[in-house]
Amino acid sequence: MPKITYIDSSGNKKIIEVSKGLSVMEGAVQNNVPGIDADCGGGMACATCHVYVKENWFNKLQKAEDGEQDMIDMAFEPKKNSRLSCQIIVTDELDGLVVNTPTKQI
Amino acid sequence: MIKTDVLIIGAGPAGLFAIHQLGIKGLNCHVVDNLDKVGGQCIELYPDKPIYDIPAIPACTGKELTNNLLKQIEPFKTNFYLNERVQQVTKENSEWKIKTNKNKIFITPNIIIAGGVGSFEPRKLSVKSAEKYENHNIFYSVNDKNKFKGKKVTIFGGGDSALDWTLELSKIANVTLIHRRDEFRGAPHTLNEIKKLEKEGKLAIKTKYQIDSIEGDKDIKSIIIKNDKEKTVKISTDYILGFFGLIMQLGPIAEWGLNMNKKTITVNTENFETNKKGIFAIGDICSYPGKERLILSGFHEAALASVECFKRAKPNEKYRFQFTTSSKEIQERLGYKPK
Repeated sequence: MPKITYIDSSGNKKIIEVSKGLSVMEGAVQNNVPGIDADCGGGMACATCHVYVKENWFNKLQKAEDGEQDMIDMAFEPKKNSRLSCQIIVTDELDGLVVNTPTKQI
Repeated sequence: MIKTDVLIIGAGPAGLFAIHQLGIKGLNCHVVDNLDKVGGQCIELYPDKPIYDIPAIPACTGKELTNNLLKQIEPFKTNFYLNERVQQVTKENSEWKIKTNKNKIFITPNIIIAGGVGSFEPRKLSVKSAEKYENHNIFYSVNDKNKFKGKKVTIFGGGDSALDWTLELSKIANVTLIHRRDEFRGAPHTLNEIKKLEKEGKLAIKTKYQIDSIEGDKDIKSIIIKNDKEKTVKISTDYILGFFGLIMQLGPIAEWGLNMNKKTITVNTENFETNKKGIFAIGDICSYPGKERLILSGFHEAALASVECFKRAKPNEKYRFQFTTSSKEIQERLGYKPK
């Protein structure tokens, strides 16, 4: 199973094996990784599964669609490398993906 | 003080359908919602997005669903208290006493919490010092636009609220619109007008910038904004308006002594009652083994909770299961004349 690394704002790292087809958000929520709230449950209707993705990985992801960008506008401290983790679907290519969670989601 | 059979907290799809299920059983109810309109997440988050999993409706938008639900409950002439939040729930003999943030009091044997993921609150500026100026120089909604007459106003955001107020206030104030990217999600024709005004020098637009810090003492004097290349710009400003959308916060619900599972309320699946007798939770806010956060689940939960509400509101009457197709009583309550 692909391994996803979640790093919180104080640098604590959790490496989780996430089944292909699940989202990076689901991988976090199902394994009690803190820092991802996912209030709307993956509907791209809130911005509480917001993560930062380092450049080397950011460019490998499918581009965010407009709806996701619109929601990121409403995230806490969005940056250039912001994504909603509910929209990143885990594949073999993403084995080793590292995401950083913001200091808070709301 | 208002006495009622049921108080519903939340006017989203689950809360609205609960009105129907209570109404056909002859119960009256009042509804409190923190938003300024009914519809909950459907109307606030996706009014124009199609929903494809409402039984027997192949596709309908959040707005259409809300309007249809409102049409369905029309016969019951329900009282809605919008822009109002339930603050406190306490036991009053065998009933519940509910107090809102506007000091309205309800006495009822039943409370149905259909609060979604909590109440919607405006998302605020992330810089720390913003709190100090809130409701003084910084606002997240506009009550009185005349306050900004002849002033330097900085508006943050890329949606309709930000664009609409930029356009409106540019007539009376010196407006700068700031957004974190080039694309705006507000209505294109508003944006075109704003861009035209920018060309004419009647307002300023700064994109790819976000707030970095605020300078001032008692009042704000200026703000520093920064782009993703770390370039900073200082803008002299009197007022800041932030339109970053709404976030959902559980709010006071967490303090009512209900058993919680993260941000949801634990219920049984027989009648969706919580650990407190007479307090029910339905829709996205409730959780039980196997819960799916679908609108249709909320409808089912509303129907079952309403049965228990009936038994508690009318302890001397026997509950009878009835079909709307054959019950004259229900048809009369719905305003249909029996043939």
